[in-house]
Amino acid sequence: MKEILKNLNKAFENKVRLGIMSALIVNDYLDFNTLKDLLDVTDGNLASHLKSLEKSGYIKVSKEFIGRKPNTKYSVCDEGKVAFKKHIKAIEKLLH
Amino acid sequence: MDKQKYIEDLKDIKQMMNRSSRFISLSGLSGISAGIFAIIGAYLAYQTIYADQNYLIYRQAILSFENLSTLLIIALSTLVLSIGSGIYFTTRKAKRNKQKLWDSQTKTLLINLLIPLATGGILCLTLLLKGFIGIIAPLTLIFYGLALVNASKYTLEEIRSLGIVEILLGLLGIYFIGYGLIIWTIGFGILHIVYGIIMHLKYGS
Repeated sequence: MKEILKNLNKAFENKVRLGIMSALIVNDYLDFNTLKDLLDVTDGNLASHLKSLEKSGYIKVSKEFIGRKPNTKYSVCDEGKVAFKKHIKAIEKLLH
Repeated sequence: MDKQKYIEDLKDIKQMMNRSSRFISLSGLSGISAGIFAIIGAYLAYQTIYADQNYLIYRQAILSFENLSTLLIIALSTLVLSIGSGIYFTTRKAKRNKQKLWDSQTKTLLINLLIPLATGGILCLTLLLKGFIGIIAPLTLIFYGLALVNASKYTLEEIRSLGIVEILLGLLGIYFIGYGLIIWTIGFGILHIVYGIIMHLKYGS
């Protein structure tokens, strides 16, 4: 039991962060507004959760310009993929 | 340990993965309506091709220039009505579920659908102009099936099996060339209605 609990990742306990990771893992990348629509959260809320995932090294951010508008794209890093899979495995073990 | 929370989490993960990568607003009703229009279209085409012929003797598909323009009008109206009703029901479903209709998933879905579909369409029009009539109905089934299989990764999973059945029907139609129109009616009419009902029951409208 302790072993399983160790594998549960604190970073994914929050609903918004869990949502961000789920969406990014099945897409090559998503921009800020798409994520906002998918998750139905405010700009500030989404931005702070994205920041924390970026700090943990789970997602990467790339900024581009479409015309003059900045467009921020988010994608999941290898490290994020591994961590997320581990987290899901831990949940599944816990429920079995 | 709060197991309920993690059951919820797993559900959320699955839902978010589907919602962010697949076009899920596809309405079963659009399948049903497309099927009905296809059957009406096929019936009208049948009447045009086999008009004024005695039922007791072997019937021949007659294609004059007039017939051909009537057939093209029937085909075009069937296409426009099917796609139109499909867009209508799907827009309605997206609005009810508060989902965006035109986003990156929709674009990916349409591009992947249109590549085989447009190829088949151009091929069939070319064959029509060259006079190879009999092969066209089954070929439309084959290319439509290929388009569905190709696009199924980006929408509801049932679309894949619908595509495979359409391909098989098309191949059958090539072999039993005389039954082209009947097989076409099964593929575009009856199959659409059956799948439409299944999807309507499973996902709602």
